[in-house]
Amino acid sequence: MVSASFLCLFLSYPAGRVVTFSRIGRVRKLSAGLLLLGIWLLPGPLWAYDYPIEDPYAATIIGTPEPLRARLPEKIPLETRTLPSPEGRSIPDVVSYNADLNYSVALQPGRAPLIFIIAGTGGLHNTGSNLLLMRAFYQAGFHAVGLTSPSHPEFVIAASSTSVPGQMYNDAEDLYRVMQAIRSDLGKGVKISSFSVTGYSLGAANAAFIGKLDTRQHAFDFRRILLINPPYSLYNSMSKLDRMLNNIPGGLDNFNTFFQKLLQRVSTAYKRSDSVEFNEQLIYAAFKDDPPTGEQLAAIIGMAFRLMSANMIITADVMTDFGLIKPSNVTLSKLTAVEPYFQVALRLNFTDYYHEFFYPFYKRRDPKLTRESLAELSSLEAIGDYLRTAENVGMVGNQDDIILLRGEIDKLKALFGERARIYPRGGHLGNMAQHETLGYIVAWFKP
Amino acid sequence: MNGKQQEEGRGSHYPGSLLWALLAMIVLAGCSTTPAVQSGEEPKEPIFSASRLLSSDVKSPTDIHDPLEGFNRGMYEFNYGFDRYIFLPVVAGYQRVTPEVAQQGVHNFFNNLLDLKTLINQLFQLKGGPALKTFSRMGWNTTLGLLGVIDVASSFDIPRYQEDFGQTLGHYGVGPGPYLVLPLLGPSNLRDGTGLVVDSMIFSAIDPLRLDGHIQRQIVYYGLNAIDQRAHIDFRYHQTGSLFEYDLIRMLYQAKRELEIEK
Repeated sequence: MVSASFLCLFLSYPAGRVVTFSRIGRVRKLSAGLLLLGIWLLPGPLWAYDYPIEDPYAATIIGTPEPLRARLPEKIPLETRTLPSPEGRSIPDVVSYNADLNYSVALQPGRAPLIFIIAGTGGLHNTGSNLLLMRAFYQAGFHAVGLTSPSHPEFVIAASSTSVPGQMYNDAEDLYRVMQAIRSDLGKGVKISSFSVTGYSLGAANAAFIGKLDTRQHAFDFRRILLINPPYSLYNSMSKLDRMLNNIPGGLDNFNTFFQKLLQRVSTAYKRSDSVEFNEQLIYAAFKDDPPTGEQLAAIIGMAFRLMSANMIITADVMTDFGLIKPSNVTLSKLTAVEPYFQVALRLNFTDYYHEFFYPFYKRRDPKLTRESLAELSSLEAIGDYLRTAENVGMVGNQDDIILLRGEIDKLKALFGERARIYPRGGHLGNMAQHETLGYIVAWFKP
Repeated sequence: MNGKQQEEGRGSHYPGSLLWALLAMIVLAGCSTTPAVQSGEEPKEPIFSASRLLSSDVKSPTDIHDPLEGFNRGMYEFNYGFDRYIFLPVVAGYQRVTPEVAQQGVHNFFNNLLDLKTLINQLFQLKGGPALKTFSRMGWNTTLGLLGVIDVASSFDIPRYQEDFGQTLGHYGVGPGPYLVLPLLGPSNLRDGTGLVVDSMIFSAIDPLRLDGHIQRQIVYYGLNAIDQRAHIDFRYHQTGSLFEYDLIRMLYQAKRELEIEK
C-alpha cells in the first residue's frame, strides 16, 4: 500500500511541458527511479515459491521482478465512471475538484460474476495495484470494479459520511453505500451472476467489515471475500509505519538532508552510468555495490506513508473545520499558500492524529467511547466471531509483512485457520503480482 | 451517470464559465495568498500550528523560492480547467479517430524534430560524444526513417538524449530563479522559461518545416504537436487528491531539473 501511493505520487508527476517540450519517457523513468531508490535484489534460493527478495522492506518497494510476474492481458475495456456526490453535500471550494467520486470498471460482454476491489491506504480507484487485480479478474471472466480507498482525499471529500476516515464500521457503511450506488449506476444492461469483494492492505480490512455488514443487510450476499495482506490491527500497523520514520538519522528535523542525500545518490549514479535514461537496470546497477540499508528503506516507506497520511489529515481537517492544522475559522482558497500547513502535516504522526482529532471527533458523536475501545474497533478481532466462522472469507498474507507486529501473523492464522494462505516472503504486497500469489488470489473466487 | 456525462458536470462546472472564472480569479486576486479569516475575527489557534511544531532553522525540501505564488497558483488552476475541459477531450478525440500506427508515426516525427533542439544544446554544452549520437540518430531517422516517422535509430540502440536551453543555462551555473507556472505549459522557473523562449526562437530561425508565412501549416504543426505530447503524459491534475499537489509538483519539478542538468 505504501509503495503504491508513493508510486502513484511520483508517476503522476510529469506535469509541465504539456505543449512543446515534453520529456515524457524520461520523466516517468526518472520518477520510477526515485522510488526505486531502494532496489536491491538479493539472489535468494529458488524454492517452489520463487519470490526472490528476502529483505521485506526491499520487497515492499520493488514488488515482483518481471520474469516472475503473472501473465495478464495488456488491454482490458477499462472505463472511469463518476458517481455524483449527494445533493446538499457541502464541499469547500478549495477541494471542489474532488467533488464527485469516480470508480473504475471493466465489464464482460455477457452475464458474469462481479468483483469489487478496494484500494489500500491512500489509493485511488485506478491505482496500480487495483489495475493489476482488475486485469487478473477480467481475464478470469469477472466484471471488475475498482474502488477508491476511504483514506484517499477524493473519498473523504465526495463520499464519506463523517469525512474522518479510519473508523472501520463507518468506512464499511460508506463503502457499502457506494457499492450499491455503483450497482444501480451500472444499470440493468449489465448482467451479474454473483457478487464478491476483495481488497489489499487497508482495503482488505475494509472488505472484512463490509462482509460482516452484508450478513445483516444482504444487499449483495457476497459469494466470496478475500483479504490480501490485511493489517491485524489498523492502530498497530499505522503506529508501526510511523515508527519507520525514526530511521531518518537525527529525526524529521533532518529530513531535508536525508532527502538531498537520496537525490545526490541518484544523481551520482545517473551521471556515472552510460545509460541516458532512468530505468530499473540503472538503479539496480547503481545500488548493487552499495545497497541502501534496511533502515534507509524503512525510512523511505515511512516517508511515503507520511505523505499519504498528511494528505488525508489535511483533507479531513478542511472538510470538518476541526481546527487541527488549519485554523477553524479560516477559509482556504485555491490561491492560498498552504505550504506551512504542508510542513505541519508532514510532522504529525499517527498518534497525533488519533489522539487530537480522530478520538475527540468520534467521542463527540458517542460519549461512551474510550480511547481503548476505539482502537479495538480497528482490529479484525472486533469482528473475530464472524471471521472465524465465515467459510466464504479467506486471507492471503506474508510471514514477513512489515505492517504487522511480531506475533500478529499468527493471530491472523488463528482467525482464518485453513482459509489463510501464508507465503514465506514478499513483505507488504511485494508478491501480489507474482504468478503463484496472484493465481491463488483469483482461484479463491473461482466457482 | 457515465464518464461522458461527467464532463458536463453541474452548474459551475460548465467549461466556459469555469475558464472565465479562473481568468477573472487570476486577474483580480493578484497575489493574495494569505488565508481568508471569516468575518473580521483573528484566526483561531489550531491544535498544531506552524509556530508550535516547526523551528525556523529547519529546512524543508518543500520550501521553494516562489515569490509569484498567487499568480502561479491561479495559473495552475487555469491549466487544470483547460486540461480537463478542452485539452483532454480533444486528445481523446484524436486517439479515437487515429489508428495507433499513425499515432506512433506522428509521435516519432515530432521526437525527431525535438532531437534537433537536443543536438543544438549538446553543442552549446560542448558535449561532443552525445551530440554525435544525436546527430546520427537524426540522420538515420530522417532518411531511412522517412522524415522521422519511423524511429529506426532506437532499433539500432542509438540513445535518445534530451537537452534544452534551460539545461544549458543550468550547465553553466545559472540558478533556477523564481518558480513559474506557465500558461498551458505548466511548471517551470525563470531559467527554464527563458530557455523555452530561446529554444523556440532557434527553432523558428532554422524553420526546418518552412512554417514561416504559412498560417495553416503553423496551426497543424503546433496543434498536432501539442495533442501528441499530451497524449503521452499520464498526469491528470488533482488526481493525487492532495491539497498540497501544487507544492508537491513544485518540489518534484525542481528536483527533477537538478538531476537533468547534472547529467
